[in-house]
Amino acid sequence: MARNTATKIQLGHGGGGRMSGRLIRDLILPRLDRGYLGSLPDSVVLSGLGDSIAYTTDSYVVSPIFFPGGNIGSLAVHGTCNDLACSAARPVFLSLGLILEEGFPMDQLETILHSIAEAADSAGVEIVTGDTKVVPKGSADKIFINTSGIGKIESPVRPSPGRISVGDRIIVSGSVGNHGMAVMLSRAEFSFDFELKSDSASVWPVVERLLELGPGLKFLRDPTRGGLAATLNEIASLTGYGIAIDESAIPLDKSVVAASEILGIDPLQAANEGKIVAVVEMGMDQVALDLMEGCWQARGAAVIGGVTREHPSRVVLTTRVGGSRVVAEPSGELLPRIC
Amino acid sequence: MNAGNESRAAAALARDIKELCGKASFPLRIMEVCGTHTMAIHAAGLKSFFPPNLQLVSGPGCPVCVTEKNFIDQAVLIAKEYDACLVTFGDLVRVPGSFGSLATFRSEGGRVRVVYSPMDAMGIASELSPRPTVFLGIGFETTVPTIAATIKTAMTMGIDNFFVLSAFKTIHPPLKILAAKKDLNGFLLPGHVSAIIGSDCYHYLVDDFGKPGVVAGFEPLDILLAIQDILRMAVFSTPQIINDYKRVVRGNGNAAALAMTGEVFEACDASWRGLGVIRGSGLTLKGPYSMFDANTHLPVDTPPAQDDPRCRCAAVLTGSTPDTCGLFGKECIPDDPVGPCMVSSEGTCAAYYKYGER
Repeated sequence: MARNTATKIQLGHGGGGRMSGRLIRDLILPRLDRGYLGSLPDSVVLSGLGDSIAYTTDSYVVSPIFFPGGNIGSLAVHGTCNDLACSAARPVFLSLGLILEEGFPMDQLETILHSIAEAADSAGVEIVTGDTKVVPKGSADKIFINTSGIGKIESPVRPSPGRISVGDRIIVSGSVGNHGMAVMLSRAEFSFDFELKSDSASVWPVVERLLELGPGLKFLRDPTRGGLAATLNEIASLTGYGIAIDESAIPLDKSVVAASEILGIDPLQAANEGKIVAVVEMGMDQVALDLMEGCWQARGAAVIGGVTREHPSRVVLTTRVGGSRVVAEPSGELLPRIC
Repeated sequence: MNAGNESRAAAALARDIKELCGKASFPLRIMEVCGTHTMAIHAAGLKSFFPPNLQLVSGPGCPVCVTEKNFIDQAVLIAKEYDACLVTFGDLVRVPGSFGSLATFRSEGGRVRVVYSPMDAMGIASELSPRPTVFLGIGFETTVPTIAATIKTAMTMGIDNFFVLSAFKTIHPPLKILAAKKDLNGFLLPGHVSAIIGSDCYHYLVDDFGKPGVVAGFEPLDILLAIQDILRMAVFSTPQIINDYKRVVRGNGNAAALAMTGEVFEACDASWRGLGVIRGSGLTLKGPYSMFDANTHLPVDTPPAQDDPRCRCAAVLTGSTPDTCGLFGKECIPDDPVGPCMVSSEGTCAAYYKYGER
């Protein structure tokens, strides 16, 4: 991977793709990693504190702050809970840090707080500590939120990339690209009428069921920034194995396909905030789908492919018409096409 | 068509293509003129169907890629000198200029807004009035009618802080230059551009150069069918212009769009990265509409740009493959591009890199 040579932060550094990766690996880890940080998990399992505790943090700067299917508040709860869930930890406690721009309308703050409360209650988590800061107008864009989460690991199952083997199957818990597309469309610059909503939701109910697979559950990840493409490439590069997926097996809502054709944004690269990618043992894929049956967060779940010895470290897609191509790691920020 | 039928149809077309290529005693090179075709071919994995003696090469049909470096420089200079807001289609934002890209300018505090529709640019001009708002006009005949409509609306509404910096181009002049190249056997003609200009207008490819051309859609089967038609004509020397995108393209094109364009724009000489200045290949605002021309009303002194001598965008735009450029995949990658062919979402190098041909 090329080294970080930028002298200024660009938007791509926050995109979750290659530029972000370079920033973390070249600037942050060398200074701060003392053992836990380097493996860059969704959330970290802490030792030496008695019960197995998972801990994570995330900051939310989504724009616009209100979008179809949610707002920055509900996202701040779901996103952090989902990072815990992907470490097989039941989300239990959250902290809530608010940075508010002077002049931010009180009624909008009330709506966001209401969403936070609703999301937390339905996810079964309690917000136990928090902080509020206000900065002068222009120093922040309306509202930024940070949530840290603590989760309890109740299952002996420890999903991790090291457990993945050739032949394992890859499952996605539902249609992809909804959140990223919904946010792109609801920005002021685009004035389309679309019935497209963010999929923002807590995935713990899905994970809880998949944990019943026992050691057959090898790995979990929520495909947020950079979408499914980023997560699959991460698996390929962490394991050194190839990933082979079938385009016609990937669940995609019609509205996402339509939006992607017009905007020129690949739905495989668009963020998801209510989905997980699970790697399960060969032969257990149907069992996994059966376990998820009836769980509304996992409707549309599908097996999309598997882990292979072919094309190591690469993700290869068999297209709808039977051709084949590589799914590359996304880079930088998403941009609409021009002609 | 369900997925099963689609793959079977694709397999059948692939067999025909292999058979036709087998009959040729020479290597076959087809130029896909339009950047959207380049991307569609890669996205559907169609190259995995082609035999080794068939090569698809890319042409100059990527508006970002053929825009000269000093267009970016000129835009930034205008923004600085007149405290203007630049409004652009997304692709242009990361194209390197001589002093950095529009993204760099934005990170330094420059006003750069991205839009999908030119009407949104006019909305931004209203919002920011009286600050000059300059729409960066790149595109081919597909895009131009919407810009023309926007300009007409701006005139009707009396929006006097809206400007367009035109680098618009038309497809026939470069196509005539490329048709003369001996090593090209046929052309996959652009679908969207042809929806505006029609399919009849390409007859010179046959009459003057003896080369076949097929107007194609963007679905995988559209493209495979078109390639099969081109190969048949190339192998048996029966060149014609065929319209394989009849659901969108008529022989004489879209009269309303052409009339709109003709009212607002007139032809001018234009400089194409890779091809130099081509007479009559650009479009400039005419008559009363020239009040919106940023070139005349927001003049700046733009020094000539120096392209990196190692950059081979020029060759790639005229049929070379990206791997012939020493920078491809090394110093020139999507995150850190040297030339526009790597940045543009329709760029050949971007397609090859994204789809793993590195």
